[in-house]
Amino acid sequence: MPEEVKAHITGVVFQITSKAGDHLAAGDPVVVLESMKMEIPVEAPRAGVVREIKVAEGQTVQEGDTIAVID
Amino acid sequence: MLPSVLVANRGEIARRVIRGCRRLGVRAIAVYSEADAGWPHVADADEAVLIGPPAARESYLDFERVLGAARTTGARAVHPGYGFLSENWRFAKACEEAGLVWIGPPWRVIQQMGDKVAARRRMREAGVPVVPGSEGALDSLEAAGEVGERIGYPLMLKAAAGGGGIGMVRVADAAALPAAWASAQRRAQAAFGSGALFVERYVTEPRHIEVQVFGDTGGQVVHLHERECSIQRRHQKLVEESPAPAVDPDVKARLVDAAVRGARAVGYVNAGTMEFIVQGREAYFLEMNTRLQVEHPVTEEVTGLDLVEWQLRVASGEPLPLPQEKIVQRGAALECRIYAEDPAKNFMPSPGVIGRLALPAGPGVRLETGVAEGVQVSVHYDPLLAKVVTRGDTREEAIARMQAALDGFVVEGVRTVIPFHQRVLASAAFRAGRVHTQMVEQGGFNA
Repeated sequence: MPEEVKAHITGVVFQITSKAGDHLAAGDPVVVLESMKMEIPVEAPRAGVVREIKVAEGQTVQEGDTIAVID
Repeated sequence: MLPSVLVANRGEIARRVIRGCRRLGVRAIAVYSEADAGWPHVADADEAVLIGPPAARESYLDFERVLGAARTTGARAVHPGYGFLSENWRFAKACEEAGLVWIGPPWRVIQQMGDKVAARRRMREAGVPVVPGSEGALDSLEAAGEVGERIGYPLMLKAAAGGGGIGMVRVADAAALPAAWASAQRRAQAAFGSGALFVERYVTEPRHIEVQVFGDTGGQVVHLHERECSIQRRHQKLVEESPAPAVDPDVKARLVDAAVRGARAVGYVNAGTMEFIVQGREAYFLEMNTRLQVEHPVTEEVTGLDLVEWQLRVASGEPLPLPQEKIVQRGAALECRIYAEDPAKNFMPSPGVIGRLALPAGPGVRLETGVAEGVQVSVHYDPLLAKVVTRGDTREEAIARMQAALDGFVVEGVRTVIPFHQRVLASAAFRAGRVHTQMVEQGGFNA
């Protein structure tokens, strides 16, 4: 079952730390957001393989936006 | 006196500096990014210059754009505030080369104190106590192991080029050192472009006490007493006060003496802060902040002095307005930083548009506010919205006034740390002055 990974805060994509095909464990960072001078990782909600990263570095994302999809 | 000052900052500190300029008849020029066009600091200034898009590196951190604004407006001096370019010696040097007066210490002092290893060595040479640790940056894991044997565990690995707590790694014992060394080196390289590390003893549950110092171009250096800033999260301060509660007078005397000695040793000019960690009767130099601090108002409230006025006078070449014996600490003052963060969600940022804003007022209550109703608190900048500062004849009175002030502080549209502050102020530990820098992370003030 694919699962969407959503941003839990509003911020700017600071760093993309995973790519399509990566195997992630639950809690691994998918991307790192920067908001108000803080770097905040968006973590994989469960173990899986990254199907798609839907954001680019420097892009602003709103809370609830889809960051990535994992299988 | 300087005829005009470009304020290279935003929000509450820009407004504070502009107010200080106004008092002395100095023309104040603001700069702003596209995100800040509607912000109060732009309206407050005599003149304001748009310097670029919202991202700080393309506006407030861009040397050329800031210097360009100074050129086009004919500004005579630059006040950097705190954060942004304030501790960037290259920028201070660029200002000097552009013929602008830098309202701060000479760039060589910023450079020296910004290199944490060099600063530590310089302070030790000046007779200022430093945390036991390595003599300088270490080149290998083996060297770190030897220092560990000598000073004991737990210890801290710190980035030589770092600051603000970034890249620090705690090492519990010798077995944990190799992995910690690799991790700290990687982080330091990523954050600061240099993997150089040094080692310090990890001081458990210390207090953070700092001393405000001031120097002039004639070589005079004085202190404006101490501030206690132990209530922190992520190495960022939340509550500050002066005097530091429950500190032995002998310890305080040693702190202010060390602060003045250290500042004098580096030829310090203008406002600076010597930060120390204190555990019991032991006090160690932590770092020097070569700029005006966020928490400078608590010092102003207990001394009755205007630190921005002092900065402008010293930058104009005037001597310090008062000798040491005339700088007296009276009563007590407290500051709570109002951040747009959610204390219920581990202080996560809470950007948004400010809806209703009701600010407290009354005797002994001072507000330093950067925002207004309708402004967008963006993801691009520090989340500090305002500072509430209260004063009293006693610490108890300052605390009571703070509690009442925070009760009357309404901000809608973003979450703030006000509920956290209320718990701190009500806690037995805080009221007894039993504070340390790890309390917040240990959950000491959880709901």
